Amino acid sequence: MSAEALPAPAIQVEGLVRRFGRVEAVRGISFEVARGSTTALLGGNGAGKTSTLSMLLGVLLPSAGTVRILGEDVGRHRYRVLRRMNFTSPYVDLPKSLTVEENLKVFARLYGVPRMRARIGALAAELEIGDFLKRPYGTLSAGQRTRVSIAKALLNAPEVLLLDEPTASLDPDVGDRVRAQLARYQRASGATLLIASHNMPEVERMCDAVLMMRTGRIVDRGSPAELVARYGRRTMEEVFLDVARREEPAGAAA
Amino acid sequence: MSAAAALSAQRIYAIVLRHLYLLRKSWVRVVEMAYWPTMQMVLWGFIAQFLATNSSWVAQVPGVLVSALLLWEILFRGQLGFSLSFIEELYARNLGHLFASPLRPSELVAAMVLVSLVRTLIGVGTAAALAWFLYATSIFDLGLPLVAFFANLLVSGWAVGLMVSALVMRHGLAAENLAWGAIFVAAPLSGIYYPMSVLPPWLQALAWWLPTSHVFEGMRGVLVERTFLWHELWNAVALNAVYVTVGAGVFLASFEGARKRGKLVQIGE
Repeated sequence: MSAEALPAPAIQVEGLVRRFGRVEAVRGISFEVARGSTTALLGGNGAGKTSTLSMLLGVLLPSAGTVRILGEDVGRHRYRVLRRMNFTSPYVDLPKSLTVEENLKVFARLYGVPRMRARIGALAAELEIGDFLKRPYGTLSAGQRTRVSIAKALLNAPEVLLLDEPTASLDPDVGDRVRAQLARYQRASGATLLIASHNMPEVERMCDAVLMMRTGRIVDRGSPAELVARYGRRTMEEVFLDVARREEPAGAAA
Repeated sequence: MSAAAALSAQRIYAIVLRHLYLLRKSWVRVVEMAYWPTMQMVLWGFIAQFLATNSSWVAQVPGVLVSALLLWEILFRGQLGFSLSFIEELYARNLGHLFASPLRPSELVAAMVLVSLVRTLIGVGTAAALAWFLYATSIFDLGLPLVAFFANLLVSGWAVGLMVSALVMRHGLAAENLAWGAIFVAAPLSGIYYPMSVLPPWLQALAWWLPTSHVFEGMRGVLVERTFLWHELWNAVALNAVYVTVGAGVFLASFEGARKRGKLVQIGE
């Protein structure tokens, strides 16, 4: 196959910068995420993960740099690409007074989902939310809300799925189910997943590739196995701690 | 592709549906919509009855005060219905979900306009029915001009609602009180219950820049003089076209500003 015939990476980020006043939250990062892969975006609090995901979604404008998703420039064709992607985030919520089913119907229409009822029914069965479809979203437990949030994110069968801490605040049982459901969706659809997470076992289990962020930069990248070997550690947890605690190189903050 | 062609009726309907779901299950919200127009109408109905026996020229015309009150409520409810639909999304922390979907800001505005229309019809419709029952005063006595007044006042309400929503997007829920109070700035200048000639000349010069002044003057033309004042209608339409365009521009600029500042996800906190 010639180079021209190869499909563009699912996500291409080039020289992405985001400043909030004098603070540079994201400092000129560049990376690519291959189609059909599951990639982790790792880093401590304030590393720039959520700002990066927000810029990929176009809800935050970059100070500099470009984002291309599925070959489309997000800055220029945001609405075209948003139909083909979706996300979950603990920083946003769904209307609590609406039932789960009502919420899913609203978002199904927003994403132009064909055969909406059948799609919601299939997701309800897959994510085990059928029992509380008729209940107000606000009455659900954290684990139930997470599953509903993932159902919303899968409504349009996204080709690119951004997940910001998808299993935060879940007990190990629910967290394990959510990971299994996401992995099933990824295998069945060939979708590309980009996951911001603090859960290292989750990263080792789900991800083909890892981008390590620190103070707004990507400081390392590779597969979980490569990173573990490179740092001479046994687990990604130990790699994470090494990266998070190592001294900032002189002049790096400039 | 033109801006109008890019709008999706399905996405607009999705947002309308989201608010109808809310109304359908919240009788408190529906009661609140009807409560204030009804209270105002009852109060002013009795005042009008009192004035009718005390030679006030305006009260000599049956129903003029009640009709004025109901028209004012169209303006107020129209603006409130628009602003509160937006604020509901902030309360729900749902703006991030909405704006990370293919929903365009212009579609959100179109949906809020429709929701505002529904909310206004519920609120003012209840009060208008009660006015007919209590005082045998029907706002429909205005005849066809009522449609022109109704449309103009709603558009004025949306223009203010757009600007209030833009301020809420800029300043968060700290600006929420504007949703309740902003429209009252226009009340003394609009000549709701008295002719414009009551105002001092310098204030009249200012007041004529409000579309609402022309609407209420037009209402008195119909009720008092039995004349439809076409020039007042066209003045109101022209001013509304300017204000609603400015309002939409301010709202869209505020949306882009929120994207630049990263507020779309955190707004409301």
